[in-house]
Formats: sequence, C-alpha cells, structure tokens
Amino acid sequence: MFDTHQTPLPALPGVGYKPQHYTALVDDPTPVGWLEIHAENYMGAGGRPIAQLRELSKRFPVSVHGVGLSIGGEARLDPDHLDRLRTLCNWLNPYSFSEHLAWSTHDSAFFNDLLPLPYTNATLARVCAHIDEVQTCLGRRMLLENPSSYLAFSDSTWDEPDFLREITRRTGCGLLLDVNNVFVSATNLGFSPRGYIDAFPLEAVGEIHLGGHDDDTDDQGAPLLIDSHGREVADPVWALLDHTLALAGPRPVLVEWDTDVPDWFVLRDEAARAADALAAIPDAQEMSVNRDSARLAR
Amino acid sequence: MTGLITEFLPALRDPAHPVPAGLHDGAGRPAGRRFNVYRNNVLVSLIEALETGFPAIRSLLGAQNFRNIARGYATENPPEGPLMIRYGQHFPDWVAAIVALAHIPYLPDVARLELALRASYHAADHTALTAEDLSAVSQDDVERTPLALAPSVHLMRSAWPVVEIRRFALDPSTAKPKGGAQEVAVIRPDFDPVAHALPAGGFAFMAALRDGQPLGQAADTATDAAPQFDLGEVLAFLLSHRALTKGTPRQ
Repeated sequence: MFDTHQTPLPALPGVGYKPQHYTALVDDPTPVGWLEIHAENYMGAGGRPIAQLRELSKRFPVSVHGVGLSIGGEARLDPDHLDRLRTLCNWLNPYSFSEHLAWSTHDSAFFNDLLPLPYTNATLARVCAHIDEVQTCLGRRMLLENPSSYLAFSDSTWDEPDFLREITRRTGCGLLLDVNNVFVSATNLGFSPRGYIDAFPLEAVGEIHLGGHDDDTDDQGAPLLIDSHGREVADPVWALLDHTLALAGPRPVLVEWDTDVPDWFVLRDEAARAADALAAIPDAQEMSVNRDSARLAR
Repeated sequence: MTGLITEFLPALRDPAHPVPAGLHDGAGRPAGRRFNVYRNNVLVSLIEALETGFPAIRSLLGAQNFRNIARGYATENPPEGPLMIRYGQHFPDWVAAIVALAHIPYLPDVARLELALRASYHAADHTALTAEDLSAVSQDDVERTPLALAPSVHLMRSAWPVVEIRRFALDPSTAKPKGGAQEVAVIRPDFDPVAHALPAGGFAFMAALRDGQPLGQAADTATDAAPQFDLGEVLAFLLSHRALTKGTPRQ
C-alpha cells in the first residue's frame, strides 16, 4: 500500500527551520543534522519560501511536519489539503512526514490550534481511517505525534500510550514522540512522565521532539504548563529525553522554537545539547536498539 | 459523550459559552480555565498572523488598537483553511466597516496593498521577458506580440497615495505622503515584491495585457484611457522590473 523502505531521518539532532535563520544556517560550518519544516508554510505557488526550501533540501535531510490536516476531526479529511500535501511531498521527497493526534477544522473553518480528542473506540476508528487515507494518498508511511494536554475527556476509555500503540498496530504508521508534550501533559494531568515513556511503544518512534514550555496555574492554583515553543527546553525535559533515549536507543531528535525565535546560534546550542544526550546513551542499551532507525542517511 | 462539534466548538468560539461538562483535570475536577488555553491559543495565533500580514495597518493604528480590531476580526472570521499564508482576505472590508475608523479613509486600501504584496510574495515564479526578447521580434510583428503579466504582478487603484502612505507607516523617517489618487502595480522581480505608483495609462496598459490583448491593442487601450500614455517609458519600466512574460497567441 505504501513504501516502508524510505531512507529514515538520521539519528542526529535537527531543528525546526525558521526563514530568518537561512543565511546563518547555510554559512554555518557546523550546522545541524537535519531540518523540519511546517508543511503549510510551503504551499504557496512559488517565491522565496519554495526557493529556499529547494536549496536547503540539497544540503540537509528535510522532514515535513503538518499542522493543519485535522486527523482527529469528525468530518472527512480536506481533499484539497491532502492534494497540497501530496504535491509538496512529491517534489521535495522528504525523509519523513508527520502530523498530530488532534483536530483543528470543521465546516471549512480552521482553528489554528491542535485541539484535543477523547480516547474512545469511535475516535480510534476515525483516526485510523484518516491515517490510512493519508498514507495511501502520499504513498508513504507517516508518523503521528502525541499531543500536549491541558484537560482530559470523561469519555476516554484508553490511556494515551495504549491508544497510540493500537493506532500503529492498525495502520502501520510510526510515532513522533514529543517528550516536552509528555512532560507538559503529565504535569497538567498528574501522571508520571517516566511511567508514560515506559508504557510507550518506543519501537514505533521514528522521531523525537523537544521544545520549551511556559508556566501558568489553573483555578486551584495547580501548575498548568503551556506548550509554547517560545524558550529553551526545560531541564526536567532534558532528563526525560535521557530516560527515553536510554530505553529507545538513538533516534532523530528535533528542537522546536516557534515563537520569540532566537538567533541561530542559540537554537544551534540547543541542538548541541541534544547531540550530547545522543552521545551519552549507555552502550548496553545501544546494543539492543533497532539499528535501522539509527542508521545514518545516505 | 462530549461532542467535539456540538459542545467543544461552541465553547471554543464564544468565551461566554460554558465549558463542556465532560472535560476535567487530572483529579476529575471540572476543566474550568484550563479550557481557556485552547481559546487563547486560537485567538492569539490568529491575531499574530494578522500582525505579521498587516504591519503598515498596525503602525497606522498603534499596536493596542490593532490588537483590538484584529481580535474582533479573528473571532468573526476564522481562517477558511489551514493555509495561514492566505489569512486575512476580508480584513480590508472589515476595517472599512468600522465607523470609528472612518476618519482614516485610506486604511482599507493600505490593507489591500498589504494583501497584494503577500499574494505576490507567494505567487508562482516566472521567466521574465527581456528587452532582447522583444527586440528580436520583427517590426511588423511587434503590434501582434502577445505579452503576459508575471503571475506575481497585482494591480490596484486607490483614491489615496497608498504606496507612500504604506512606506511612511513602516518608516516615518521618510518623506510625508503627498498627492491624491494612484494606480499601483505590485511587481516581484525575483523574490521581493515592490509597490510602484504607475505613470499615466500604465494601469490601463497592464490591465489590457492581463486581459489578453496583444501589445499594439493594449497600447491603444492605454492611449484611449490616458492620451499622455508613453509606451516606450512604460515598456522600459516593466522590462526592467521583470514584470512581463511571454504570452500565448490568441486563436
């Protein structure tokens, strides 16, 4: 049905690409291992965004990360948007395509956020049908990202790791594990972030995300973390990355910084910290990991 | 069951709407203000998209006034699809309908110009027609030569000197805007669109080319519209700014 033998992203640090970093990035003699772009920013007909992306794709492995497909939505997937994704993936031939376990669209109104889903059998069937449609349309395996949660649904009958495992089992898709999202959700909903990682289907993880979060409080004065992508990755999230890599072995690790974007070198330093984490994976664990996912590309 | 569309969505779009009952925190207490994270994320991201898309309007109104107006627009006009690079198509009309802004009558046209610049930025690339291409055409055929505007070219008319108003809004150290009505072309030679006030007949000429008229006929159209139209001057301007491509002959 789809090609499962694509070249995977290298198990190196990457960063979310920001156009303001273009010159510093291409002039940097020690840049990052790969780049990720938001699909929707490269769906114009031409101009500088497309030209820069074409040039960057000659220098770096590129991953396409969609933020607007509304895979969890109750309505059918937007066929025009699927067409645009296929067009982008066809000319760019990215190393990876990923989207979110979330919804954002209804009746042609797009709510520019990743909205939460109840983890029920009905949601499971719908999400799997949509992932099947995406993978068939794009002719490639996709990765699905775990969300950051601020609340839970009384209707949910599945834990999130089990829900994601069942999605991978039914669709053959891989997972994008955002460890900042895990830490944010665990803090906000009062579960153990390490327990979540321990229960996660790590064998399906094709990419790891890191990002910064903001601190707020809820009505009870309890901590409420906001997944803002507007600052450095927090220390407990780095610790959670170490825990994850020790269990999963080397994986492509991406640093996201989408608001209050800093100078290139600040972002690159964050990526260097991810490189340190990858280099520090215990050898004994490394022996047992799936070598395929760690294989350097090209 | 908490319906995403029947319950979540109405509460998301209207802060006065109660938070759906089936949403809770980790201890089973009602979600309360946790729901506001989603309301805020949506609204703030749309306001920021409008700030990015309409910097001259923001400068003319001031940051706080702009946020208030953008909040109203974002609440009533969510994006029609996931391409945020297109968001704000109705913002000029929204601004035009605000009675309290009637004393700044040029605002909607400045907003239209900012939309045109953004559309041009993302438009398809083109192979520009050069003066050499044109001089290679024999004298007899020039009149019938089909020319086309590059897909990144946008035309607009304004009762105000919008090009200068926008420039001054973004850089108050430049000369104060003077003059009256303008015909404007947004042209993108390579990657950076620039707004130009056109000389007499320039708009009519370019609009005629866009409508498929060959060179000679478009020049006649322009002269009819403005007797002082200077074909040589306008052609040299369009060629030097890479605004033209080869057209397709009419059947």
